[in-house]
Amino acid sequence: MSLFRTLTDKSWEYQGSDTHFSKTRTAAPERIALRFFLGVVGVMFALFITAYFIRMDLEDWRPMPEPLLLWINTLILFISSVTLQWTRMILGRGQRNKLKSGLLAGGILSVGFIFGQLTVWQEMTGAGYYLDTNPANAFFYVLTGLHGIHLLGGLWVWTRASFKVWFGADVEEIRLSVELCTVYWHFLLLVWLVLFALLAST
Amino acid sequence: MPLVVAIVFLVIISVLLHLFSPWWLTPIASNWSTIDDTIHITFWVTGFVFIAVNLFMAYAIYKFRYNKDRRSRYEPENKKLEAWLTGFTGVGVIAMLAPGLFVWASFVMVPKGADEVEVIGQQWQWSYRYPGADGVFGTVDTAFIAPENLFGMNPEDPNGQDDVLVESQEMHLPVDRPVKVLLRSKDVLHDYSVPQFRVKMDMVPGSVTYLWLTPTKIGSYEILCEELCGIGHHVMRGRVVVDSQVDFNTWLAAQVTYADTLVQVAGNPQIGQSQYVLCSACHGANGEGNIVLNAPKLAGQESWYLKRQLNYYKQGIRGTHTDDLFGQQMAPMAATLADDAAINNVVAYIQTLPNDPAPVTIQGNVANGQALFNPTCGICHNRNGQGVWAVNAPALSGFSDWYLVRQLQNYKSGVRGAHPQDKFGFQMTSMVNGLKDDEAITDVVAYINSLR
Amino acid sequence: MAYVPIADQDHALHDPQSFITKYIWSQDHKVIAIQYGTIAILVGLLALVLSGLMRLQLGYPDSFSFIAPSNYYQFITMHGMIMVIYLLTALFLGGFGNYLIPLQIGARDMVFPYLNMLSVWVYLLSVIILMASFFVPGGPTGAGWTLYPPQAISRGTPGADLGIIFMLVSLAVFIIAFTMGGLNYVTTVLQARTKGMTMMRMPLSVWGIFVATILGLFAFPALFVSAVMMTFDKLLGTSFFMPAMVSMGQPLGHSGGSPVLFQHLFWFFGHPEVYIVALPAFGLVSDILSTHARKNIFGYRMMVWAIIAIGGLSFIVWAHHMYVSGMNPYFGFFFAFTTLIIAIPTAIKVYNWVLTLWHGNIRLTVPMLFAIGFIFTFIHGGLTGLFLGNVTVDLPLSDTYFVVAHFHMVMGVSPILVLFAAIYHWFPKITGKMFNVALGKIHFWLTFIGAFAIYLPMHYLGFLGVPRRYYAMGNTEFMPDSAMALNAHITQVAIFVGIVQLIFIVNILWSLFKGKPAGSNPWGATSLEWQTPDTPPKHGNWGPQLPVVYRWAYEYSFPGAKDDFIPQNMPPEDVAMLDGAGKYKGHSE
Repeated sequence: MSLFRTLTDKSWEYQGSDTHFSKTRTAAPERIALRFFLGVVGVMFALFITAYFIRMDLEDWRPMPEPLLLWINTLILFISSVTLQWTRMILGRGQRNKLKSGLLAGGILSVGFIFGQLTVWQEMTGAGYYLDTNPANAFFYVLTGLHGIHLLGGLWVWTRASFKVWFGADVEEIRLSVELCTVYWHFLLLVWLVLFALLAST
Repeated sequence: MPLVVAIVFLVIISVLLHLFSPWWLTPIASNWSTIDDTIHITFWVTGFVFIAVNLFMAYAIYKFRYNKDRRSRYEPENKKLEAWLTGFTGVGVIAMLAPGLFVWASFVMVPKGADEVEVIGQQWQWSYRYPGADGVFGTVDTAFIAPENLFGMNPEDPNGQDDVLVESQEMHLPVDRPVKVLLRSKDVLHDYSVPQFRVKMDMVPGSVTYLWLTPTKIGSYEILCEELCGIGHHVMRGRVVVDSQVDFNTWLAAQVTYADTLVQVAGNPQIGQSQYVLCSACHGANGEGNIVLNAPKLAGQESWYLKRQLNYYKQGIRGTHTDDLFGQQMAPMAATLADDAAINNVVAYIQTLPNDPAPVTIQGNVANGQALFNPTCGICHNRNGQGVWAVNAPALSGFSDWYLVRQLQNYKSGVRGAHPQDKFGFQMTSMVNGLKDDEAITDVVAYINSLR
Repeated sequence: MAYVPIADQDHALHDPQSFITKYIWSQDHKVIAIQYGTIAILVGLLALVLSGLMRLQLGYPDSFSFIAPSNYYQFITMHGMIMVIYLLTALFLGGFGNYLIPLQIGARDMVFPYLNMLSVWVYLLSVIILMASFFVPGGPTGAGWTLYPPQAISRGTPGADLGIIFMLVSLAVFIIAFTMGGLNYVTTVLQARTKGMTMMRMPLSVWGIFVATILGLFAFPALFVSAVMMTFDKLLGTSFFMPAMVSMGQPLGHSGGSPVLFQHLFWFFGHPEVYIVALPAFGLVSDILSTHARKNIFGYRMMVWAIIAIGGLSFIVWAHHMYVSGMNPYFGFFFAFTTLIIAIPTAIKVYNWVLTLWHGNIRLTVPMLFAIGFIFTFIHGGLTGLFLGNVTVDLPLSDTYFVVAHFHMVMGVSPILVLFAAIYHWFPKITGKMFNVALGKIHFWLTFIGAFAIYLPMHYLGFLGVPRRYYAMGNTEFMPDSAMALNAHITQVAIFVGIVQLIFIVNILWSLFKGKPAGSNPWGATSLEWQTPDTPPKHGNWGPQLPVVYRWAYEYSFPGAKDDFIPQNMPPEDVAMLDGAGKYKGHSE
């Protein structure tokens, strides 16, 4: 049902409960809520990025270098996202063992990404790029930090999903959890790619 | 029914208030009468809508009041009527918006050949800079700001040497000449606003903003800060005097340039010592003060404060109030200092005197005093009572406590600080409002005593 | 595909067993709504007291030694922040959103009841943090509710050390609470509507709350971002917003930051926030007007479109708060244009409210009085907005009492009149009791006339040029003595109107225990919440069977029908008709 048709509906002109406007709600509410949540998080990062561009134009901006490790971390997060996608796809075939290893691998890679990011922080502070020496540094730490916190939040949901898998919840429930995790991971990967492109290009 | 009467009544009251109240736009003194025109247009358009819609509503409430034998009309929508109303509203909006945008365009674009003047805001005072004979401002930087370089002038920049620096709260503008006012802040946001000029603009630290106007009426107008800037926001007052060109030139010529401030001679303590003899009769040979003679301790007080007070006594800004008995004694003494050089010398000598804390004579509830001191006094006079030069707040702790009590009482009763020329005294008259009575005053002073 | 309402797919609606799970850790949207409402009203009363203290100082400067300048600035800051965020936002969305959404769309509860419960407790936490800031050294922040840096975090402003940190943390926590609630409201509206409840059959209350929630979800991140960056500037020495500056003679370590950037972020949140409060008010008042005028809301579709249009436009008008902020002055053209455009859908809403009264059969009940009072004050406040939205006219008026008068009329008095209307209107459903009508009318008359008497003359102080946020006016030449006398008069009325609100509290508490039973549908309303099997509705709302919806929410005074209202869930064949009117078929042109 198109949005336009919905909004131009002259709802007072007909009676009855079986109307063509009321038959489309089949998605799990969690999916809708996740979409809105991704919207909220997306707006937040978009505003940070806008602020980044505005602040960048002021004269005291000194760009930071990007250590090699960031490229490796990016790769790790990418593989993590792909692994979860694979897990989601095999779920239909009922291969519980592969499901477990896929989910586990995705989670461990994400933890690896977070440790990798922390190592980058250590490297940067070691090289004298402190948070308060330049706004470019401040943005780097704030953006990577917020991204990491969102990933940690994802890992908490991932932990709950894993418990369900290990202690044998029903397939529909697992399917939904894994799907939500996967979508969230893809989103965070996308956010990270945008952030990384931003940091690397400026 | 009462509701119908009330709505009609409120509409009538609104109209009457508008027609007969004494409160309306403050008489204009600049070229921006076009801004007043846009206000008038908006008033007519919105006024018409306000009266029409409300009276229509009152009529509807009256005509369709409840009647159990009547049915409402079933009327889901009326596209034609809604379209008409939308169009009608659109026309009203354009009628208001279009003139507004034209006037805004003329505000954004400064006319060529406008004079330039810079206004600097800081917590909670104004200062001004004129470009001098070369017509070009020297560069400035926050990093240069220091007690001897309040404007943050770049000493290396030749353009800045002839810049006229006005530290008083008063600026002058020549009448009928367009002027671009450059706005700068040293600390937080401020807003340069003169109601008679109609235009205003925020001052943002780290950048220079501007507005422009042509003063059209000779006179003196108050400058108000209109962007919240801390607890002294309401006492951040300045004054703009619109002069004839001749008067303006005379005034400008009498102001100091940046170059002048660089060559100011420091006071000579040796010469000052001989002049201090007179002071020492009351204030003591070491400037330690004398409670019996009502003379406060001077030693250790910062020189900019002593100079300002001596000048105030000389100029009749202090020591002239009929209830200020001891001030009246001081005024003739200050008058014996012939000129700025004499004042500089005697102040320089006072700086050489040993700064021993004055004896404690006031007891009070220290805890209560602290609660009163920290949120208000402590902001300017510093939490440790040592004063802050940037806001012209003298040191308090270690000075004659009985004197502090008396001055606080004087500020409260208007004996001190009420003189219109007293640049910072009037700020104190507002700040002492938090001190309920003499007990509160002694508590605060007792706390100040505890800070030494 | 067979239609299975989401709300009935979930059989895990656990009926609460003990007092604690029923009233404290409750997952029932109605209990949560009341919790939200109670907290909001209590904290709002504090903000009301603060405004009384401010008025005392303004009306009688130099008379109250317990209001030092620092106290005054703290009072205005906390008053503004509490009223806008912790009262209005929380009460409209957390309170009425929670109560009305499931009931009006025919759901058993929110789709995520547990998250809903967390939301209210996290909201309480944010309020506790806010209250704690009154007790930290230095007191709460006095930076003004806009919290502009550098002033908010530098010396010279009360609470610039700890108060501001508590404020920012409290806001961040509030945003988390709001996001949890907001995801719930939006998903519930989209996914949990009962059979037959199409989007365009929803009452406008749901529409207003729904769109306002979406605005909130996408606007609050801007406040969150600015709060995070300011906290970093304050605690970790970064320079996002902080330029090089000399604070009280001391150079600070910051350099190069942009205070105007903060303002852009703040108002990117702050302007939609106006509509986060206004849109639910628009929705609620539409339903109240329609019910008590015994007439359908005029131009329902236009009303929905206007809500959506206003919501969308509200994201591109933010810089009209910043005409004199020192931003690029050329922005003024764009933002004046967009701002005045928004007047059109807003005006349409007003016309349609008034046209709903036209040819109605108007019962001047207490909720109706407040609703009509709202139309009056909203017209006034909306029109003065046209002064401030137009960049040139704003130049002399910004930062004066005109602004204070405008936003109190449009965002203070108007939404609060709606809140009172809504509380009186739904009180019989929430409690099952009827309030005392006489007290309600007294409350209306004193509040309505009083509020207008406070804010109407205040506009004229603004025309004079009297600046806002001044602790005392002192001797200022352009302010005549009559203006100062007016200030004192405003204070007297304000204190009086403040005290009058006790009548409301007394009425609510008295009626809660002693009110007469109200019956399930005392106003003869059509929407679903009035058709519940129990009043007040029990956990799960609908008994064994969810309601089925057959028509829109405004079938009032249908020609030929026996009653002057036909509930949304009444099957067409059950509608009783007058003799000779034939069988009920509904409207057709």
